[in-house]
Amino acid sequence: MVMCIEVNGVACMAAGRQILAPMSARFEAGRFCAILGPNGAGKSTLLGVLSAQRQPHQGYVRMNGDLLGARPVTDLARMRAVMPQEAAVAFDYTVEDIVALGRFPHRRCPAEDEAGIVRHAMAATQVTHLAGRVHNTLSGGEKARAHLARVLAQVWEPLPDGQVRWLLLDEPTAALDLAHQHAVLQTVRDWACTQGVGVVAVLHDINLALRYADDAVVLEAGTAVHSGAVHEVLTPNLIGRVWGIGCHAAEGQVGGALQYVFTPH
Amino acid sequence: MGARMQGEVMRRMQPRTLMTAGLVLLLLTLMVVSARGAYAISPLQLMGILGEALTGDASRSPAHLVFMNIRLPRLVLGMAAGAGLGMAGALMQGLFRNPLADPGLIGVSSGAALAAAATMVVGGLWFPELPRQLGSWTLVLMAFAGGLCVTLLVYALARSEGLTRVGTMLLAGIAMNALAGAGLGLMSFLATDEQLRNIQFWLLGSLGGARWSAVAMVSAVAAGAIGLGLTLARPLNAIALGEAQAALLGVDVEWVKRRVVVVTALAVGAVTATTGIIGFIGLVAPHCVRLLAGPDHRLVLPGSALLGAALVLAADAAARTALQPAELPLGVLTAFVGVPFFLLLLRRFKGVT
Repeated sequence: MVMCIEVNGVACMAAGRQILAPMSARFEAGRFCAILGPNGAGKSTLLGVLSAQRQPHQGYVRMNGDLLGARPVTDLARMRAVMPQEAAVAFDYTVEDIVALGRFPHRRCPAEDEAGIVRHAMAATQVTHLAGRVHNTLSGGEKARAHLARVLAQVWEPLPDGQVRWLLLDEPTAALDLAHQHAVLQTVRDWACTQGVGVVAVLHDINLALRYADDAVVLEAGTAVHSGAVHEVLTPNLIGRVWGIGCHAAEGQVGGALQYVFTPH
Repeated sequence: MGARMQGEVMRRMQPRTLMTAGLVLLLLTLMVVSARGAYAISPLQLMGILGEALTGDASRSPAHLVFMNIRLPRLVLGMAAGAGLGMAGALMQGLFRNPLADPGLIGVSSGAALAAAATMVVGGLWFPELPRQLGSWTLVLMAFAGGLCVTLLVYALARSEGLTRVGTMLLAGIAMNALAGAGLGLMSFLATDEQLRNIQFWLLGSLGGARWSAVAMVSAVAAGAIGLGLTLARPLNAIALGEAQAALLGVDVEWVKRRVVVVTALAVGAVTATTGIIGFIGLVAPHCVRLLAGPDHRLVLPGSALLGAALVLAADAAARTALQPAELPLGVLTAFVGVPFFLLLLRRFKGVT
């Protein structure tokens, strides 16, 4: 069984302009891949292609061996969950309602303990205490954690046919406080390591990517400039070139993870 | 609002409590309004009539005749109309993700109104043989067809590249409503005084024309619409997250849109064609249910149908009895009955949906 997302010669246009130049990449199951790049580099576009929200103008994407367009949306929904950058919810749904919506694709063949899955998903992103709160009254970070819990609930259990599950996250940490940024990325990293889930996340924070991701794809102006193991890709040299900012390794590392300090030119 | 901002957990009615309360409310309303009217029927007489109807031993007393031929069809029509309008309103609000949406938004009521007015004013002139062919159904069928045509036009205008944009549908609906309004104005201008009065009366809605044949038609359409509508509850919950997110959860959003439009057009079209325009029910019933029980469409859809039915029954009872022997227009009464009820809930729960 093929256990990867294969991007082959994918290019995207919007309003007659190329927003993603033809690119190929491979995202492996059981690994956490960060997509990085300056604003407008095409990160969300790429994630949109991976999640079948956006049709590429050329090239194709295979998920677990099958072309994305060839699978029914209900099949895809059981296999991969997508966390949006922002999600406006209509009406006064509570956090628990929202997380339970993640189980929508499984309504025809529910798990043994659907309520338990919702509970555990809320615990995983630390929103249990918000379960009865109305989503629209929460802070941005609390909302993001509620949606992450929904996304986790969607692919909570291994699939009966043994297919790899995927988490596609668009800036999951953007609205979170420092502690929750680390907690959330640690959670999805654990999912990748222990459950073999494939994680693809758009991140802005290079240090978070260095600490939690296995692989990285760096985009610049719609072109994939480099991809591979995160420490090989995210070198001070490349960061200086792509982001136009000075970068050097921080002294006195705790826990052995490489971290950078940035200085504007 | 302030209290909730600080994190008060929502207090909501349990699903079973809500549905039981809705059914009890509907039955109570039914019992109260059955007895009231120009010809008063005491609860005892009513029991007798129902007993006779069940045993097939009809006495042909005046009370029996009034109840079986005049009041009962009217009550059934009121329930079917209210349930259909309530359900359609809940579907529209769910699809547009907006609590201000109303079944009239996609043009079905205004289309029906224009067609009805046109039939009254120029129908006899341009198609003199039409009333002969369709008989007493002329107005109903023309209004029904008018509502469906305008809705289809709105839907077609909102479609491009295989997608239906609800924002465009909203704008197209507003445009078509304005156009139908202008057409209605033109018809009023052309109408004789008597026709004008008929148009005006039709626009304000009434259950007065309830005949068993029309009641059966509306009930069947409303029941079908409610059955179809209830299957949309979970997809509409997912659509509350936005169309893109719903699609990622495996919802066929286009299919849901088509269903909502079809169900609304059929239910509201059939109701409006038979009763004229009954405003406010489709807007207010879903609101009230959401205030009581939260936004889950598995409750909002059936709850709105029940509450809509009860509201129309209550409003019609008031319309029949408030200024006896004259009958007030129902459309006026639905607002008189619905608004205080709505405001009471709004104050009580201090919520903003």
